[in-house]
Amino acid sequence: MKNPTVPPRWAQRLFTWLHPEETREEVGGDLDELYDYWYARSGRLQATLRYVLNVFSVLPPFVRRRRRTQQYSGSSNLSMTMISNYFKVARRNLAKNKMYSFINITGLATGMAVAMLIGLWLYDELSFNKSFQNHTRVARVMQTQNLGGMILTHHEVPAPMGKELRLSYGGYFRHIVSSTTEESHILSFKDTKFNKPGRFMEPGITEMLSLDMISGSRAGLSDPASVLLSESAALSLFGSADAVNQVLKIDNELAVKVTGVYRDLPHNTTFAKTAFIAPWELFITRVAYGSKNKDQWNNNFTEVFVQLADRAELTSVSYAIAPARLNKLTGTDRDTKARVFLHPMDQWHLYSNWEEGFNTGGRIQYVWLFGIVGAFVLMLACINFMNLSTARSEKRALEVGVRKAVGSLRGQLVGQFFSESFLVVFIAFVIAIGLAQLAIPYFNNMADKKMAILWGNPVFWALALAFCVFTGLLAGSYPAFYLSSFKAVNVLKGTFRAGRLAYIPRQVLVVVQFTVSVTLIIGTVMVFRQIHYTKDRPVGYDRTGLVMIDMPTLDINNHFEPFRNELLETGAIVDVTKTTTPLTEKRNNETGFSWRGKDMNRDRPFVTFGVTEEFGKTVGWKVKQGRDFSRQYSTDKLAVILNEEAVRFMGLENPVGETVKWGDQPLHVVGVVEGMVMESPYEPVQHAIYYIAPWPARVVTMRLRPGMSAPDALAKVEKVFRKYAPAVPFDYRFLDQEYDAKFRAEERIGKLAGSFTVLAVFISCLGLFGLASFVAAQRTREIGVRKVLGASVWSVWTLLSRDFALLVIVAMIIASPVAYYILTSWLQKYEYHTGLPWSVFVWTGVGALAITLLTVSFQSLKAALMNPVKSLRTD
Amino acid sequence: MRRTYLGEFEEIVLLMVAVLDGEAYGVTISQEIEQSMGRLVAFGTVHNTLIRLEEKGFVRSELGGATAQRGGRRKRLFRITALGSRAIQDIQQVRAELWKQIPSHTLELGKL
Repeated sequence: MKNPTVPPRWAQRLFTWLHPEETREEVGGDLDELYDYWYARSGRLQATLRYVLNVFSVLPPFVRRRRRTQQYSGSSNLSMTMISNYFKVARRNLAKNKMYSFINITGLATGMAVAMLIGLWLYDELSFNKSFQNHTRVARVMQTQNLGGMILTHHEVPAPMGKELRLSYGGYFRHIVSSTTEESHILSFKDTKFNKPGRFMEPGITEMLSLDMISGSRAGLSDPASVLLSESAALSLFGSADAVNQVLKIDNELAVKVTGVYRDLPHNTTFAKTAFIAPWELFITRVAYGSKNKDQWNNNFTEVFVQLADRAELTSVSYAIAPARLNKLTGTDRDTKARVFLHPMDQWHLYSNWEEGFNTGGRIQYVWLFGIVGAFVLMLACINFMNLSTARSEKRALEVGVRKAVGSLRGQLVGQFFSESFLVVFIAFVIAIGLAQLAIPYFNNMADKKMAILWGNPVFWALALAFCVFTGLLAGSYPAFYLSSFKAVNVLKGTFRAGRLAYIPRQVLVVVQFTVSVTLIIGTVMVFRQIHYTKDRPVGYDRTGLVMIDMPTLDINNHFEPFRNELLETGAIVDVTKTTTPLTEKRNNETGFSWRGKDMNRDRPFVTFGVTEEFGKTVGWKVKQGRDFSRQYSTDKLAVILNEEAVRFMGLENPVGETVKWGDQPLHVVGVVEGMVMESPYEPVQHAIYYIAPWPARVVTMRLRPGMSAPDALAKVEKVFRKYAPAVPFDYRFLDQEYDAKFRAEERIGKLAGSFTVLAVFISCLGLFGLASFVAAQRTREIGVRKVLGASVWSVWTLLSRDFALLVIVAMIIASPVAYYILTSWLQKYEYHTGLPWSVFVWTGVGALAITLLTVSFQSLKAALMNPVKSLRTD
Repeated sequence: MRRTYLGEFEEIVLLMVAVLDGEAYGVTISQEIEQSMGRLVAFGTVHNTLIRLEEKGFVRSELGGATAQRGGRRKRLFRITALGSRAIQDIQQVRAELWKQIPSHTLELGKL
C-alpha cells in the first residue's frame, strides 16, 4: 500500500512554522509515520484527530527544546593551533601595513620608554635614604625660631643640644648623634692632600647608619683621635695600601688615626658625599670653634640625628622635646620662642621646605609633577594606539564578514583582535626596554642620578606586565568587541558604514592628546623663561673672572699683606680680597644690631659679611652713596657699608655718617651699595652689612686680569699660593660657575620637562599622521570625484586639514586656562619671577597649529595631488 | 543511592529504550507504550521525556534511517547508556529489596 493519505496540510504547516528548528526533522518524520500507523489501524478520522492533537503537543510552550550539545567540539578558542593562527594572522597584518605598524609601535615604545624612565626617577626619589636599615626610626632634630615676626625653620641647633637630649630625654632614644654640618676639610697624608667633605660625629652614627665596614670596626670612632674613611676617600689617599692604622691630618692640625674604612654610602642618601667621619669629641676639644661654642645655647651650627628607642613614637617624642632649647635660654634670647622637633629621615629629601614653621612639601611636588607627566605621556601613546587600531579596523570589517561566513565564532574573532594588539604591545615593550637602556646614561646625566633598569626587581616586571596587559586590553577592546559584532551579511553586501558616532571618540582622544601636549609646551617654555629671566637679573657686581679659594687654614689669613702684594706683582690679577663667607652664600645671619630709631619689634637678622678694604674693587660693586672702604682712613677698621635693602629695612634717611652698634661696638656707616644677589637668585636681596673683618676670613676671592687666559693667570696665582699655603690643596672655583650652579635644579627640571614635551608632541604627531593618512585613504574616491569636478589642490588640502586644525584649536582653548592656572601657582613659589604674558599662549598655539598642519599636510597633499584617474580606478 | 531522580514516566521510557535495543525512536516508543501498557500518550510527552533523559545522560542518540514513509526525513535513534542501565538496575534492586521485606501476610490480606 503506497501512501495516498496525508495528514492535514495546515497542521503540517503549523508544525513546521512553530516547532523548534533543532528537532523539526525527526519529530516531523515521526509524526508522519504515526499518522500512517493510526490510519491503518483506526481509519482516517481517528488518524487526523490524533495527528492534530499530537502536533499541538509538540508546539511551544509544551515542547522541550533540544540543546545544542558538542556541536563545535574540538575547536576551542584556546587550542594551540588557534592561538598560533591568531599570531600568524596578526604578524601578517603588521607586515602588510608597514606604516601603521611602524607608527603604532614607535609611538607606543616611545611612550613606554618615557614612562619607564620617569618611573625609575620616581623610584629613585621615593627610595631616597630608604637603603638605611633603620630609616623609619631615624630623625633629625630641627627647630623653629621667631625672629622679627618671622618664623624660621632650620636643622641647625646649638652644640649642647645632643648632650641635653641625652640627659633629660634619654629614654626616648636609642642613639643620639651630634654632628657638624657637612663641610669640606683638608685630609693630608704625607704629600697627598685633598679637600673632602666630611663631618665630626658621635660614635652612635655607625650603628644608626649600619655602616658596612670593609676594614677596621664601627667601634673605631669611639677613640677621640680617630677617623673613619669612606672607601673612595681611602682609595684616593692611600691607593691600594691598607688605610687602617695610618695617621693622617685633618686641616693640617688634627692628627688622627684611621680606625676603619666603610663602603661608600649609596648615591641616593643624605650622606652619599660624606668622605670621612671624625669624632665629635675631637671637634669640641681640639677645634677652636668647637671648644668655644660647645656649651653655647645661642649659636646654632650643629646637627643632631637621633634614632628612636624601640617603643617611642615619633610625634609624641617630638612634642616632648619641644622646649629642650627654650628651657636653657635666658633674657631676650627667650623671645625667639625656640621650639625643637623631630623631622623623620624618610621625609628629609622630599619634604624639606618650611614656611612659618610648617612643612610645605619640597621635591615631592616634582615627584607628583613628573608622575603626572609620565602618566600623560603614556596616555598619549595609548590614545594613539587606540585611535589607529580603531581607524584601521573599519577597513577590516570585510575580513570580519568573510571570517564569519566561513564559520568563525565571535569568541574567535575577539581572540584574534586581542592577540594582534597584544603582539604590538609586546613588541613595543621590548623596544621600549631597549630605548630606556640606551637613554639611561643621558637621562642620568640630565637628572643627576645613578639609575639603572631594575632588571632584578619583581615589582618592576609586575608593573610592566600589568601595563602591557592593560594597554593590550584597552586598545584591543574596540575592534575585538565592536567589529566582531557585525552581521556577516551586512558587511559582505557592503551596506555597512561606520556611522558618524564612530568618529567622535577618536576626535575626543585627539583633543585630549593635544591638550596635554600644548599644556606641556607652555609649561616648558615658562620654565625656561623663568630661568632666563632670573639669569639676566642684575646681581649688583661683576661675576666674570672672579675666582674663589677656600682656606681652611690660617696660612694666608695671617700673611695677607705680603700675599696680596706678591700676587699683584705677578700681574695675573686685578685685585684680591679675603672674606668670611663665599660670595655666593649667606652663611652668617646675625641679630644684635641697634641704630637710631630702631623698631624693636622688627629685629630680623642681618646678613653679615666680613671683608677687606679691597673687596669693593675686587668684586666691582656699585656704590650708591658715600664711599667705598679705603686703606687711607685708618678709622675704616670700624666702618661698615650697608646695602640699599638694609637702608630701607633700618628706615634711615641719610645713612652715611650714621652709627650702628653691633652689640656694644659702635660702627659708622661710610657708604651704601646696590644689593648683591648672594644665595638664591630667586629670592629678594636680604639686608646686609659689610664690615672689615677683625677675625680670620678664610675665603680668598680674586679677579683675574681681563685679557689674560685663565689657565695662565691661575698658574701664576698657584705659584704664590703654594709659597704661602703649601699644605692646602689649590682648589679654586669660578664664581660665575658657582652662580650658574644655582640654576642647576631649575635647569634640570626644565631640561627633563623639555625632553618629555618633545616626546609627547612627537607621539601626538605620529598619531595624527596615522589618522590623517587613514582619512586620506578613506576619502580617495571622494577626492577623485572632486578633482574631476574641478576642485583645486588648495581646496582639497583645506578639506582634509580643516578637521584636524579644528581639533587642535579646541585643544588649545582647553589647555590655555589649565596651563595658566598651573603656571601661576608655580611662579608664585619664586619671589623673583617673570610674568605670564599672553604672547606665550599665542605663540604656543601658532606653533602647535603649524606642527599639526605640517604633519597632516604630508598626507593631505599626497591625496590632493593624486591623479583622479588612478584614484577612481581603485576598484 | 540513586544518583538522579527518575520520574515514573521517565523510567518507563527508559525501559522502552532498553527493550527496543537500538530500534528505539519516537514512533516505536509511543507504539510500544500503547501496546504493552495500554496507555495513550501524547507524542510531545514522549519527545520531551527523551530529550530530558538525554540531558541527564541516561540515553544517547544519533540521526539515521531516513525512509520514504517519513518523507525522506531521518529518525533520531536512542540507545541506553551505561549510566542509564545502571539507573534502571538500581531501581530494580531497590524494589526487589522492598519486595523481600514485605511480610507475607500483608500481601495475603491484600488478596482478600
